[in-house]
Amino acid sequence: MSGPSRDVWVYVEHMKGAVAPHTYELLGRGRNLAQTLGGRLVAVLLGHRAVDMARTLGVADLVLRVEHEQLGAFTPDAHARTVAALAARTRPYLMLCGATSAGIDLASLLSALLQIPMVANVRAVQVEDGRVVATSQLCGGKLLCDVEVPAGAVLTVLAGAYPAEAGASTREPPVETAAPPDLLNQIRVRVERLLEPAAGDVDITRMPILVAVGRGIQRKENLPLAEEIAGLLGGAVCASRPVIDQGWLPLSRQVGKSGMTVKPSLYLALGISGAPEHLEGMRNAALIVAVNTDPAAPIFNVAHYGIVADMFEIIPALTARLKMKKAA
Amino acid sequence: MLSAPPRPWQHEFYPCIQCGMCGGSCPLGHAMDYTPRRVIHLAREGLLDDVLRSTTPWLCVSCYTCTARCPGDLKITDVLFPALRDAAMAAGVQPPPEMKKALDNTYRYGNPFGEGVRKRLEWTRAAGVPVPVISQVKRPVDVLWIVECYPSFHPRNQRQAQALARLLHALGVDFAVLGPEEHCIGDCERLAGEHGLFESLVEYNAGLLDRYEYGEIVTGDPHAMNSLKRVYPGLGHRYPVSHYVEFLARRLEALRPLLRTPINAKVTYHDNCCLGRICGIYDAPRNLLRAIPGVTFVEMPFSREISLCCGGGGGGMWLDTMIWQTAHERLSDRRIAHALASGAEILAVSCPFETSRFEDALKSTGNEGRLVVRDILELLDESMAPASEVHT
Amino acid sequence: MRIAVVLTMVPDLVEELEIDASGKALDTQWLHYVLSETDDHALEQALLLKDRHGAHVSVFALDYGDADQTLFTALAKGADEALKITPLPEGVLGRREAAAIFADVLRAHPADLILTGVQAINDLDGHLAGLLGGLLNLPFVGVTRSVEATGEGGIIVQKEYPGGAAAEISVPLPAVIGVISAPQPPRYVPVARIREAMKTRSIDTVAASGAAAQPVPTILRMYKPQAAGQATMITGAPEHVARELAAILESRGLLR
Repeated sequence: MSGPSRDVWVYVEHMKGAVAPHTYELLGRGRNLAQTLGGRLVAVLLGHRAVDMARTLGVADLVLRVEHEQLGAFTPDAHARTVAALAARTRPYLMLCGATSAGIDLASLLSALLQIPMVANVRAVQVEDGRVVATSQLCGGKLLCDVEVPAGAVLTVLAGAYPAEAGASTREPPVETAAPPDLLNQIRVRVERLLEPAAGDVDITRMPILVAVGRGIQRKENLPLAEEIAGLLGGAVCASRPVIDQGWLPLSRQVGKSGMTVKPSLYLALGISGAPEHLEGMRNAALIVAVNTDPAAPIFNVAHYGIVADMFEIIPALTARLKMKKAA
Repeated sequence: MLSAPPRPWQHEFYPCIQCGMCGGSCPLGHAMDYTPRRVIHLAREGLLDDVLRSTTPWLCVSCYTCTARCPGDLKITDVLFPALRDAAMAAGVQPPPEMKKALDNTYRYGNPFGEGVRKRLEWTRAAGVPVPVISQVKRPVDVLWIVECYPSFHPRNQRQAQALARLLHALGVDFAVLGPEEHCIGDCERLAGEHGLFESLVEYNAGLLDRYEYGEIVTGDPHAMNSLKRVYPGLGHRYPVSHYVEFLARRLEALRPLLRTPINAKVTYHDNCCLGRICGIYDAPRNLLRAIPGVTFVEMPFSREISLCCGGGGGGMWLDTMIWQTAHERLSDRRIAHALASGAEILAVSCPFETSRFEDALKSTGNEGRLVVRDILELLDESMAPASEVHT
Repeated sequence: MRIAVVLTMVPDLVEELEIDASGKALDTQWLHYVLSETDDHALEQALLLKDRHGAHVSVFALDYGDADQTLFTALAKGADEALKITPLPEGVLGRREAAAIFADVLRAHPADLILTGVQAINDLDGHLAGLLGGLLNLPFVGVTRSVEATGEGGIIVQKEYPGGAAAEISVPLPAVIGVISAPQPPRYVPVARIREAMKTRSIDTVAASGAAAQPVPTILRMYKPQAAGQATMITGAPEHVARELAAILESRGLLR
């Protein structure tokens, strides 16, 4: 068995015919890494009738594709064992997966099946002095760890670590089709069906973006203002206890000691003072932006960015700006 | 199975004459699926299954009104409700999530907030006076001050702990605190039905309190006093304990000259359940307030024995969502109306739960700004400070 | 059905984390450990299967971080047996090494279903659930929010995806499942029951095998991120604030 190539592989995650946005982040970064390492960027696309998606992966030097009925819907076994079969032949230098539901299953299985090292929760990876160094984010963001990544490793990379634009390209990449391994016909793990979330049944603990309202929202009639921003950001509205107690939002939207603990990528707190009971539920959000008329509001002690202003002036301005960006 | 032979606690309630005084007096009796009277009846028949799965176990805020009025002196608050909760949990009923978290935290960290033990003394940094820790002074002290969890960790209550530290210092009291070793005394955990947790806290606390030498224990937490005074002795651990209102009232003549700055306001006082109904302490807090120059004391409706609970006791702080969903009101909202009716500008309290509860009640009833809530300690401290330092 | 639940103790974040003198590991002086949250859910999932189908539940833990307390709590909640793996090799144990040790023990204690939390807060060199699936060469699905037994000796799991979507997946037994949440929150067990378990039940010990060297990354340094401190204030007219804020969100990849 020859040593690993210098190629960087990116596992292409897709759902219902569309490539996951996160994959483009990996491709953008992978491009940079492959270049520095002197190898190719290979996008690994497993699926069933997935050929159309290959077109959008032009940042890669090559799309390595496997088609099989068992690969249509994601199962860790089918996908990991197929990637393992491919990787066993050509030994990539580095494999990148998203730190997602599919990605963490895939990478962990791969790591054990191929006896390769794994690095999880990566928020930065680069080549330094000829070696690959990754930074892992642990313990709810309270700890960072720089590691030297041995050749042949698989990494799971956090969403938002790198810009997706770097992975976009109009070029059509060459596609190599590999034969599906026999093992696929023996795998008895099967996706029976896909379940959609019930309409209106939002699990705020799983939303990446939350727009939170407090007493400052004043009236139930003002909620649509928050809902509009949430919609533009692709998130959901949640609230501190007083708003829930008034019955303006269901219990499922309550954040805090007696509600839910959330850790979204963005927590936009509007008119929330930041009582300890509320902070307990959201202080570990990755980015906290708070708007409050009171400069001494405790929320500003945990927020990353603070705006002392009337939320009813900020909301329309922000809404207009977000709409403008969307239209661009 | 609870429909089987009645357990020991049920025997205690055989003398119940089913008069209905308990359910009729209970501030949340109207929201319960089964009133205390009916629960006792069902308990005697060995038919508690439905009760355990009802809302009843989780609606008691341990205000002791039923206990105070029961013609048979039955221990409804101290025995019936904790036993119901314990039985419910044993039968697999999950306590409300807030309560669960608080109990888990207390078991792991010795406080319901889940704060690390090293944070117990953080409040002392802004006290402005030294706060000795008994394990470090290594000698007997006159007063062991049990600060308790809310004054130690809750930002609103830390100010009260700081105020008491300054008062003790000004009075020349030889005192010390337990510091990082301090764990919750466990009154609320006991009333919440966690007798196993309470027992482990009693064991731990007794070990601590027996190890050190001190003249008396003083605490600012009426709930801690409740358990130390009335429950710990029954388990073989008796300590001399008083609440700060008693302690300071006994030293009123030394305190009075220190109260230089007037607080020109109408002040009313909310009698909390542990000091009031349970221990009969009504005059000491009033005497302290009347000693502050400028204060005009006014009584609010339903004072002394008939005071209405703020809703925070006996696990009530951890049942807010549950009670709100079932009863659609907060007792503190009901009570703040009484304070407002008195015409007072300041509502004085002496239990740590009350400041936040009543301040929130002012906001949620749309009465913010009509009066302010202050612990007696904060008022005494303000009056002690030179006029230029007083902030309203 | 025989269920094995694998438990991992992780640093309790209530206390401040400190780095030790080597600069590559956590200082253990003030470090407390707590059961990994997803493992608590895995245990709950196992107990639900026991409630419903009378499964036999064994829990496993490595001997560090007050594992005894966690194992007695599991027994008090309804686990049938608890096994502690000891002694452990010297030094800080990464997830990959732990997986190899667990895999050896599980081969000697076969189960129909192995449940464990799908990820832990200090997962640096892998996630236990998937690693076990690969090392034991068993079918594996992770990030499940429910596990149900079918009538025919298999299970159906719901694998969670963002936004509340999920895939219903049938899995033959024996299998490894990585749980993210149980259908209901981990059950409360009264302290009295835990104390009773400590007095009346016992924890079995199992020898850790000498696991072969595992492929792992090399830790260069461990450190705390820059302190956030007070909020950076954005001032100005609403339009200006909105523009600044939008730029910040965009730079963080939050605008899609």
